[in-house]
Parts: sequence; structure tokens; C-alpha cells
Amino acid sequence: MQHDDVIWDLIGNKSFCSYKVKTKTQQFCRNEYNITGLCNRSSCPLANSQYATVREEKGLCYLYMKVIERAAFPARMWEKVKLDRNYAKALEQIDENLIYWPRFIRHKCKQRLTKITQYLIRIRKLTLKRQRKLVPLSRKVERREKRREEKALIAAQLENAIEKELLDRLKQGTYGDIYNFPIHAFDKAMEKQEEETESEEEEDEEEESGTREFVAEDEFEESDLSDFEDMNNLKVSSDEEEDDEEESSEEEESEEELEEEKTKAKSKGKAPLKGPIRKKRAFVEIEYEQETEPAQKSKAT
Amino acid sequence: MYNTHVKQTEQKQQKMESNEATTSKSFSKKKGKTKKVKRKVKPDEAPVQEMDQAEGEETEMKPVSGACFPPTFSVSEIKNKQRRHSMFLKLKEEKRKQKLELKKKKKKERKVLGDKAPPKEVPKTIENQRIYDETTVNPEDEEVAFDEGTDEFSAYFNRLTNPKVLITTSDRPRGRTVRFCEQLATVIPHAHVYYRRGLALKRVIPQCVSRGFTYLMVINEDRKVPNGLVLCHLPDGPTAHFKVSNVRLRKEMKRRGKDPTEHVPEVILNNFTTRLGHSIGRMFAALFPHDPQFVGRQVATFHNQRDFIFFRFHRYIFKNEKKVGIQELGPRFTLKLRSLQKGTFDSKFGEYEWVHKRHEMDSSRRKFHL
Repeated sequence: MQHDDVIWDLIGNKSFCSYKVKTKTQQFCRNEYNITGLCNRSSCPLANSQYATVREEKGLCYLYMKVIERAAFPARMWEKVKLDRNYAKALEQIDENLIYWPRFIRHKCKQRLTKITQYLIRIRKLTLKRQRKLVPLSRKVERREKRREEKALIAAQLENAIEKELLDRLKQGTYGDIYNFPIHAFDKAMEKQEEETESEEEEDEEEESGTREFVAEDEFEESDLSDFEDMNNLKVSSDEEEDDEEESSEEEESEEELEEEKTKAKSKGKAPLKGPIRKKRAFVEIEYEQETEPAQKSKAT
Repeated sequence: MYNTHVKQTEQKQQKMESNEATTSKSFSKKKGKTKKVKRKVKPDEAPVQEMDQAEGEETEMKPVSGACFPPTFSVSEIKNKQRRHSMFLKLKEEKRKQKLELKKKKKKERKVLGDKAPPKEVPKTIENQRIYDETTVNPEDEEVAFDEGTDEFSAYFNRLTNPKVLITTSDRPRGRTVRFCEQLATVIPHAHVYYRRGLALKRVIPQCVSRGFTYLMVINEDRKVPNGLVLCHLPDGPTAHFKVSNVRLRKEMKRRGKDPTEHVPEVILNNFTTRLGHSIGRMFAALFPHDPQFVGRQVATFHNQRDFIFFRFHRYIFKNEKKVGIQELGPRFTLKLRSLQKGTFDSKFGEYEWVHKRHEMDSSRRKFHL
């Protein structure tokens, strides 16, 4: 027989119940079918043979009812009724199912339904908003990474690397004419250029003395002409090789050419060495062509 | 040096003898192996010492270790901490001496041989021993060049777009983060700082695109300190997520210069060798406008070393053609790449190109990915 008072005496009032959680001021009940959550004579699902609750599962509310007739069949004790998603209709359903039940239980069921619908609404709102994901940091890993970072910083030697990069860029000429440093290199290149012109002049004289008579008489003029030819050659060769250049002044062209020569000379590799040699060959070819012209002219006159 | 060392050993021995004389009783009480053994040895050694000063130290060590200890003895077996420590120190000193002698010998040989000497050995560094990464980019690689011609940054590199950066933070930033954002905005030209106010990034991104921004930078904050950076290239470009550390604001810099001017700085990208590093490097490069104003003499550096990217901002001046002076202005920080995502910021459904997986990727000390 179901004696609620006996049960309550045994478990409830100042006795042991495994669902009971005691705090300083209050007693709570952890039973999942408890309607209020407190440990009371009227709220205890074990000590009340006629009892009802509202519970929520996956966003749907259900009404659970327990009557004394089924007290002997624990498997079938709780009757589960699915409540409507509409709040008002759900309230009506509760009223309909719990008609003639004690006021307390009806009221508490409705209160519980209200609370549940409120928190379900809040869940749906929050999932639409941004959700912050907290990623836990492992202290050991953080310490290890910090140490590695320090070591990497030491290995990087940042100042040296930056300085080196800047100097490389200066050498390559990305800064153009802003800095007037390549003066020393310019002088060296000028010396080189003078040597080249001297060697070319010697070659010119040797070839011309072998083939033409005019060369012997007009030595000075030929040398002057060869100088002009060299200047022309400079222009021509620069036009050939530096198609990107759009500057017109000869001086700048020759400067840049010299810079190129200097950079080629400074950079280590086999290819740049061919540069001046190539240029020499070019000079020779061009001079050949130009030498024929004045000869024809002079013949004409 | 050798003579002074011998003198020191002499002094030591004398001290030990005097100590023993006074505290012989205490020694006898202590039941350590070493001290007892030494007591036996010392009186034997005292007459020997005057004869063989050159071998002072070695004879001190040899009889101690050879005659009285079992051969498998090691320093770590002594139970008494003080004695163990002193024995260990002696061991270390001996090792150090041996090493020094070896070095000296090698140096002498090198001098004697002159040009015929064998080449100097290069010390092993982590960079030397780095495990070769298959994705290291060859400068003449056509495939890479083709990829780069058609990827999301091609518009920038073909000079079709100018960078415009939006800098923002996570919710409710603290003073340090706000100041960091402001300083970043001075370093990066065409940068605007906006207050976050709880907006969702997915909603912010279309607005940015409509206003013509090319980059979105979100600085994440934790415990009043910036610790994360999300760099999103805007017209559906890649999104990179970095861990930020060692942020130093301008006023915390030592010997810093004046504030950076409005000139467009140059960019230096160092050590981005692998394919992943290449794409990250291009990301950084696209932050800055194309044509740096050399008049400003400012340079922003992203230097990659062992997967840590160090950012520095300097002002340089060429003293002559072989020397340049640099002065650090501007904030500095280090970044470590955590993930690279293909589209714009979408942490749930995004397609990740690269994610840092600690257990797989951090297993070797010599393997780096950038």
C-alpha cells in the first residue's frame, strides 16, 4: 500500500534521501521528476502518489503524470503527454490533462512550462548570434613556444639581416639616383672606360694603317672621329642593351651603364664577365660600319 | 696559464690538508667514501706533490678514481649532495681543460700548416640541420609562377588595386590593444581603425567589400593583451590566423626615433622559402602600397625564422655605400601562423589550406613549415 506520510517520514523530513542536497538555508531535490526542485512535502515525487511534471527534451515539452493506480507498476508509472509548441495551447493542454488535480501541482506545472519556453527562446536567439569559442592553452606548450621564440630571435640577427638587405638594394640600384654614393665606383668605371677606349683606339689605328692611305695623313682627325664614334657607340650600345631606359641625356645613360658595369663586375659569376667582352665585340662591329661611311663620303668628294 | 693553474691546485691541496688537520674528527664521523679515500690519499701525496708539480692535478684525480673506486663508479652514485657536487665540478673542470688543450693544439696545427690546413668546421645550427621541405619554392619554378599569376593577390601585383586596410579588435578592447591598433594604423598606410561594438565578422566583411577595403585585420585580445591576429584578404581572399606575442608599443622601445611619417615604407620579406611561406609573404606584401617613397627612408620588415615571423619597423640612413644605420621606430611584434583558410573568414564551414596540428607538426625540432 502506498502511504505517502510514511514515506515522507522516512526520507523527507530531516532523514536521509539520496536525491536530497542540503545547503545552509535550504534543501534541494535532485530527482529529475521534481517540479520545483526543492525538497518539500508537496514537491517530493516519491512522497506524493499523485504527481505531475513538465520536462523538456530536445526542444519539446512533455507533461508527465503519475497516479496511485499505477504505483505498483514502476515501468508504466509515468504517463508522458507531448505538449504543443504553441505556449498558449500548451497551457490549455495542461489544464485539460490536469483537470480536477490539486491547485498546487497545476500551478507549478504551468510555471515550469513558462520557464522552459523562455529559455528555449533564448537558446535559439543565441545560436544565431556570434558564439565565442574558448580554446584552452596548454601551459607546457606555451612555455616551450616562448623559449623557441627567444632562440629564434637570437638566431635571426634582425639588425644585421635588415642592414644587409638594405645594402643589397642600394647596390642593385633600386634607389636610383637619390644617394650619391656610387662616386667611387663611378670613378673606377670611368677609368675602366678610358682603358677600353685606349685599347680600341690602338686597334683602330692598326687596322686602318694596314688598309687606307688617308689614315696616315689624318691621324689626329681619325682619333677625334674615333672618340666621337665611341660616344656614338656608347649611345648605340646603351640603346641596344637598355631598352627600359627612357632618359635622354647622354650623361645619365653613361652613368647607368657604368653602374651596370660596376654591378656586373662586383657580382660574382661567370655571366657578367662576358658583358664587357660582348660590348667590345659590339664596338668593333659598329666601328666597322661607320668606317665605311666616311671613306665613301671622302671618295665622293 | 698552466703555471697559475698548478699554483691553484697547490693552494687547494694545502687548504685541504689544513682542513683535514682541523676537521679530521668530523671527517671520520662522515661515512662518505670519497672523503675517507682522500684522507688516505693526501698524506701519501704530500711528499709526492713537491716532486711532481706538473702532474699535480692528474695524480690527484687518478689515484682517487683508479685505485680506490670500483671502475664502474660514476659521480651520480654518491649520496651526499655536497660531495657529489664537488666531484662533479672537478669532473667538469677536467673536461673543460681537455677541451681547451684540444683547441690550442688545433690552432697550432692550423698556424703551422698555413694554407694547407683543413678548412674550418662549420658549427651545426638548427638552420643547417633543417629537414628539407619538399615544398621549398625554386625561384624559377614555372608552376609557382603560374599560380602566383592567377591567385587572389595577382590583382594587387598587377597594380590593379591599391591596398586599404581596416583594423579592428575583438569585443571590448583594453587600452593596450587600442594603442597597438592605433600604432599599426600609422605604420600601414591607408589603414583605418574601427571600434568593434560586438559586430559579427561575417556581417562586417560584405560591408568592407562594398566600401573598397582590401584587407581586414582583427586583433584578438586576451587578458588585456593582444594575442591573436586574423588577417583577411577581402574580395574573397585567404584568411590567415596568427598568434601574436611580444608586442612592444612605441613608448616601450629603447632608443627609438620620432614617430613614423606618412611616407609609404619599403617592405622586406626574409626567409619565406616554402610554398606556404611564399603565399604568406605575398599576403604581407599586399598590405603595403606598391611604390615606396624612398624619401621617407622607412622600412617594414617581416623576417621569418623557424616559423616565427618577426615584424620590425625602422628608419634607415646610408652613411656611405658600405654602411647603413637603422633606428627602430614603431611597434614590434612576433607572429606565428596557426591556420590559413581559403575563403574569407568562416571558422565553421571554411576550407582550410593549412592548420597547425601540434602533435603532427611539432614532433621534430628541425622541421619548419614556413
